[in-house]
Amino acid sequence: MAEAGLKGTAARARPLSPHMQVWRWHVTMAASILTRATGIALYGGALAATLWFTTLMIGPDLFNPYVALLGSPLGKIALFGITFSVFYHLAAGLRHLAFDVGLGFSPRMASLTAVAAMAFAIVASLMVWFIAWRTGGLS
Amino acid sequence: MVQFTLPRNSKVGKGKHFPVPAGAKTVKTFKVYRYDPETSANPRWDTYEVAVDQCGPMVLDALLHIKNTMDPTLAFRRSCREGVCGSCAMNIGGRNTLACTHAWDEVPGEAVQISPLPHMPVVKDLVPDLTLFFAQYASIEPWLQTDTPTPQTEWGQAPQDRAKLDGLYECILCACCSTSCPSYWWNGDKYLGPAALLQAYRWLVDSRDEATGARLDDLEDPFKLYRCHTIMNCAQVCPKGLNPAKAIAGIKRMLVERVV
Repeated sequence: MAEAGLKGTAARARPLSPHMQVWRWHVTMAASILTRATGIALYGGALAATLWFTTLMIGPDLFNPYVALLGSPLGKIALFGITFSVFYHLAAGLRHLAFDVGLGFSPRMASLTAVAAMAFAIVASLMVWFIAWRTGGLS
Repeated sequence: MVQFTLPRNSKVGKGKHFPVPAGAKTVKTFKVYRYDPETSANPRWDTYEVAVDQCGPMVLDALLHIKNTMDPTLAFRRSCREGVCGSCAMNIGGRNTLACTHAWDEVPGEAVQISPLPHMPVVKDLVPDLTLFFAQYASIEPWLQTDTPTPQTEWGQAPQDRAKLDGLYECILCACCSTSCPSYWWNGDKYLGPAALLQAYRWLVDSRDEATGARLDDLEDPFKLYRCHTIMNCAQVCPKGLNPAKAIAGIKRMLVERVV
């Protein structure tokens, strides 16, 4: 057996070939990891929303500082990230629904929908924040 | 398990440099992964300045040229040199492909970087250990299974049923897809991987096969099948233009359809 023959030459554990270290990413791979990342971010978003309701229920002593925290520059960045996560995860979810019925599997189409999902999420997030800014929601 | 970095014994160090031979007109640098199991040294990147005007257009031509004229110690698998045997699958310029059908001047970047198929145990240089890969292929029982008595002539198949095997039977088992898949990287011991699953689907949709139920039972497993997250690397790299991701989605649909 070839296996026995190879064992004789392996004086020590075989090294693992490079993977992440050499891989040149496809946009579909980025889309996949971004789906996972935004999904995790949405857990944080759900927690932030729950805290908003909880502090609102408890009273202004907690609610006002919490809203001030969300309105701080760092808070705004986090909220923008959550906005992006909502829209990206939505688009990625629709993309995966199409996959589940067998549509959009050609590498070309899958790459196109990956870029489209990212573009949609960026544009939609900017629009929401633009509307918030124009209606005084950011002050 | 997800581990982004390489284990200590697998970190790739700097290796030897083979300068351009005299009389070369066009020079291309090849950065090649080297590992010698007979020493205790870690793997290394060797660089070869190859006179590409003296060799053919494909990466395999350049590797053979290196082996013949610069460094006879370089080890790699090759056989048919025309994309039907699947032996020379390797990672070239960050993507898995066949060295024999991929031109070196189509690899982006200054140097052509060549390493073994990713996240596999390395036997030597560009030769990975594919034992597990073929064991997984064997586990899906890739042969015709029937209960009805064998007919006097061939097993009949209508042209439209035969057409369902197009895009599936062409697989050459080069392992480009499976070793491109991050899910296979992290769970290769439990997840069957795109190549084995494409073949599983090939037998599931074969109108002559009568073991469909048993085949689906075997695949209904959180790891064997459902580690596919449609990352699409498999379809992006397949040198035969096949689409394992689509086949896997087909298996998932068959599993849903038999319970609804």
